Amino acid sequence: MSLIDESFELREIQRLEGHTDRVWSLAWKPATGIGGVPAVLASCSGDKTVRIWEQSRLTGSFECKAVLEETHTRTVRSCAWSPSGKLLATGSFDATTAIWDKVGDDYECVSTLEGHENEVKSVSWNASGSLLATCGRDKSVWIWEVLPGNEFECVSVLQGHTQDVKMVQWHPSMDILCSCSYDNTIKVWAEDGDSDDWHCVQTINESSDGHSSTVWALSFNSSGDKMVTCSDDLTIKIWGADIMKMQSGDGIAPWKHICTLSGYHDRTIFSAHWSREGIIASGAADDAIRLFVPGEND
Amino acid sequence: MVSELINANPTVYEKKERRARNPPDDVDEYAVEPIDQQEIFDILSADIKDPEHPYSLEELKVITEDAIEVDDKSSYVRITFTPTVEHCSMATVIGLCLRVKLMRSLPSRYKVCVCYYLVNQVDIRVAPGTHATEAAVNKQLNDKERVAAALENPNLVDMLDECLAPSYE
Repeated sequence: MSLIDESFELREIQRLEGHTDRVWSLAWKPATGIGGVPAVLASCSGDKTVRIWEQSRLTGSFECKAVLEETHTRTVRSCAWSPSGKLLATGSFDATTAIWDKVGDDYECVSTLEGHENEVKSVSWNASGSLLATCGRDKSVWIWEVLPGNEFECVSVLQGHTQDVKMVQWHPSMDILCSCSYDNTIKVWAEDGDSDDWHCVQTINESSDGHSSTVWALSFNSSGDKMVTCSDDLTIKIWGADIMKMQSGDGIAPWKHICTLSGYHDRTIFSAHWSREGIIASGAADDAIRLFVPGEND
Repeated sequence: MVSELINANPTVYEKKERRARNPPDDVDEYAVEPIDQQEIFDILSADIKDPEHPYSLEELKVITEDAIEVDDKSSYVRITFTPTVEHCSMATVIGLCLRVKLMRSLPSRYKVCVCYYLVNQVDIRVAPGTHATEAAVNKQLNDKERVAAALENPNLVDMLDECLAPSYE
């Protein structure tokens, strides 16, 4: 039975209170919420803190287990767990990215990444956890290498976007990085096989069926052959690439427009995410969350 | 800040007389009235000072009542403003003032859209790049992440608070 034959319903199970300002982003901790391990969630806020929430084995309710504070001096905009769940990266308007490690019951800031000239908007770990990407209003994308002892070294500063970069996301299986921006484009970055130099291998702009206003988010499906993007232009777009070609080392296959979903939101669409099961969720300024599943012929 | 006034001699318009509001006798005094155009106009024009002049934005015709579009049922308000100067840095400050004033005065359910509009007069040549500037200012003013980050800048907040400080006549 394909997804389109099922009926879905979003049901609110709990409202978590604690933050004293807007909550900008959240991240589920990998390998939790499954196999008897209680689900863990990180949330970050305009109140300059990050909160860690854990689902109680007993009651099923989420409780706040830790407040990560006194580190960022401005809004914490983005948070992401490393693939193993060991580290948490948080990006802030204070232009820094903090790396947190759990020590006993508490979280400690073990490293602070500096370099961006102003607000950091997004952080993302690659599939193996060996690289971290950050981006910001200074129009750049930074790639950091994770070294032993929680040391981080910047390996590349990618210039190319002409405006504020809103989000970066690594591909789920290959070391390919995508970024989306206030300049209305989506860029794909990859390493040059020989020289270990990172460069932009594709720019998706309006003339290639891209967005006509700020692109706020992008998300890959679990197999990595499709990605979804959402924008201030009120549309959600789906893109596909020939992954087999890329995996066989036959060069970078370009991302091509598959379809545009419009008319579902009448205000800026800030968030889009592709679940492991293939459902796309979108969140917009019209206060609505929408779920999309592929049709019979998609 | 700029050392010279950009617009040294603004045209000043008379303040419009406020429409008297006479509720019908049988109305429930405790009922919450839907927010309308005049209320938004009153919120905005009363206390916002043009950053360069002591006159209110209403007196400088920056905001007029017909430039306000409000739908209380869908919690939406859109205001169009036309500063007397085309200098885009002032437009952004005025736009932010308007947004902050509305944020502080309206219920949190409200969605606010602030639009900067450059008046196109027949006998005045519009400077090249004007429409691009207008679009650029509007994009920033309506990007909630950019607005939030700007409002964390203490210098900017001081400037905005000065524009929004009530004037005691």
